[in-house]
Amino acid sequence: MSNDILIQYKHYRARNRRFMLLLFLLLILISLFSLLAGSHIIGWQELLALFRNEGSETNRQILLNIRFPRLLGAILTGVILSLSGAIMQILLRNPLASPYTLGISNAAAFGASFGIVFLGARAGIARSSDLFMITNPYIITLSAFLGSLLGLTIILTIIKLKQASVETIILSGVVINSLFGAGIAVMQYIADNVQLASIIFWNFGDLGRSNWAALFFLTLILIPALLYFYSKRWDYKMLGCGDDYAQSMGVRPQRIRIIGLIITSLITAVAVSFFGVIAFVGLVVPHIVRKCIGDNEEFLITGSALFGGMFLLVCDTIARTIISPVILPVGILTSFLGVPLFLFLLIRKKYDTYQN
Amino acid sequence: MTHIKIEKISFGYNGTPVLKDITFEASGGDMLAIIGQNGSGKSTLLKCICRILKIQKGHIAIDDIPLHHIRPAQLSRLIAYIPQSEEITPGISVFDTVLMGRKPYIHHNPSTEDMELVSRLLTRLELDPVAMRNLNTLSGGQQQRVFIARALAQQPAILLLDEPIANLDINHQMKVMKLLRQLTGEGMSVIITIHDINMAARFCNKALMLKKGRVFASGSQSVYTPENIENLYDIQVDVLHHNNRICIIPQ
Repeated sequence: MSNDILIQYKHYRARNRRFMLLLFLLLILISLFSLLAGSHIIGWQELLALFRNEGSETNRQILLNIRFPRLLGAILTGVILSLSGAIMQILLRNPLASPYTLGISNAAAFGASFGIVFLGARAGIARSSDLFMITNPYIITLSAFLGSLLGLTIILTIIKLKQASVETIILSGVVINSLFGAGIAVMQYIADNVQLASIIFWNFGDLGRSNWAALFFLTLILIPALLYFYSKRWDYKMLGCGDDYAQSMGVRPQRIRIIGLIITSLITAVAVSFFGVIAFVGLVVPHIVRKCIGDNEEFLITGSALFGGMFLLVCDTIARTIISPVILPVGILTSFLGVPLFLFLLIRKKYDTYQN
Repeated sequence: MTHIKIEKISFGYNGTPVLKDITFEASGGDMLAIIGQNGSGKSTLLKCICRILKIQKGHIAIDDIPLHHIRPAQLSRLIAYIPQSEEITPGISVFDTVLMGRKPYIHHNPSTEDMELVSRLLTRLELDPVAMRNLNTLSGGQQQRVFIARALAQQPAILLLDEPIANLDINHQMKVMKLLRQLTGEGMSVIITIHDINMAARFCNKALMLKKGRVFASGSQSVYTPENIENLYDIQVDVLHHNNRICIIPQ
């Protein structure tokens, strides 16, 4: 009898590994499609020609300077947001936790608005495809990043002062969210027309701002974060059974919670600083992955990262092609897709993930 | 056989003392019941033993090694703890829950030996039909057995259980207590907090009575006298002996 259980469980693990492989293959396929699709359609022969250093200069420019950075930007941001969402949900034992719940995204948006209004990251009407172009993107990125650090500092101070419980952390997130929401409203109120337009444009969340420098930076912070989270997967598993149990298993709950929150907030802050607020990815993706593989941190971390990269890439490809040549900011699309998807997950009949 | 010695330990929350000068010991094969009123410090005492709470005075030693000298991973191979109210990861499977108990032994991924041990434990605790079900679809009695299986997966020498039979019907209470008794037969020390003094008297060979954070009485079954119990719970009781069993009935 115990042999049967062992076989069943090994099947379950093998199925999850196949799921990861499938996600990876899908990611590659969708990436190829995404490179070729768009207002200027490129054939796969031309893509191959690029690797042979042949092909037309236009295609080469489009692929190297627009499509590749955008593709990688979508994947990396999707990975960061979903990974952060999954880790926050584990750390705070709350299915609604995500970079938004803790107010990190709103804090970054406030920082960006502040940068636009006060630090001269002015915007002007520019290219036909984009309504506005930020004239000084580095100031806006930096101020958005500092904004999210401010949000994180407030949360950490509350944790430190109160030895806060998980519930307190989540409630403080809600309050911080409102606080920065109000801050953004103030910035919008005192901004002139052009500033106001660029605040709104920035808040949409758009992967069109991707460039090689941003990608380099995102990769640089994502890899150590990913390795850290993966190495802590068994500690995170213990947290699910409560702090007392985790502690009896040699885990220091408050310590790994604080370190985890700092890392997720930082990587989210960097992604949001470059690309603006992209809603719902961090919340929805871990839920979808859980439905597919069960509540198992061993697979959830890798699964959310892979699925998140794929999800945002799909959204961005749709956003680029649906009313081509106009490109929708992907933030709008993720909200449109995310809400019904989340509701579907909520009302769908529960079933046992582990059977068959 | 592993021996645990607790000597004059004290603990308090924010300056309010909860435990004062607690002393007792237990060896492999012992089943010790910690009894006392709500708020007498029973759960706190268990948490001090597995170092969730840091004692402020006194010593705890396992086989003469001071508790604070034992590394966390090593400690979770020696002591397994089952909290009173278990929080459950919402969609975790029974098998994965029990596999969690292997954490002190797993470096990266669980080995086949880890998984084999878990399946043997599930079979032993009659959980094989539900091994691949969501834990939260199980009854309270089954869940308690899952938590015991998870604790056994740690292969501990000492098992601490906080109110293991609260919320269980009498059938499942008996099953759990018999299982714990069986484990002591295999050389494990089992220390439980328990409100049901009849169950404690029937299954545990040792008792520790706590009153307001102090040891009020301790020893073998001879401590279950009407005077001790009346003093402990502030109620009148009759203690009857029937077929070599102690039966405590409130008046």
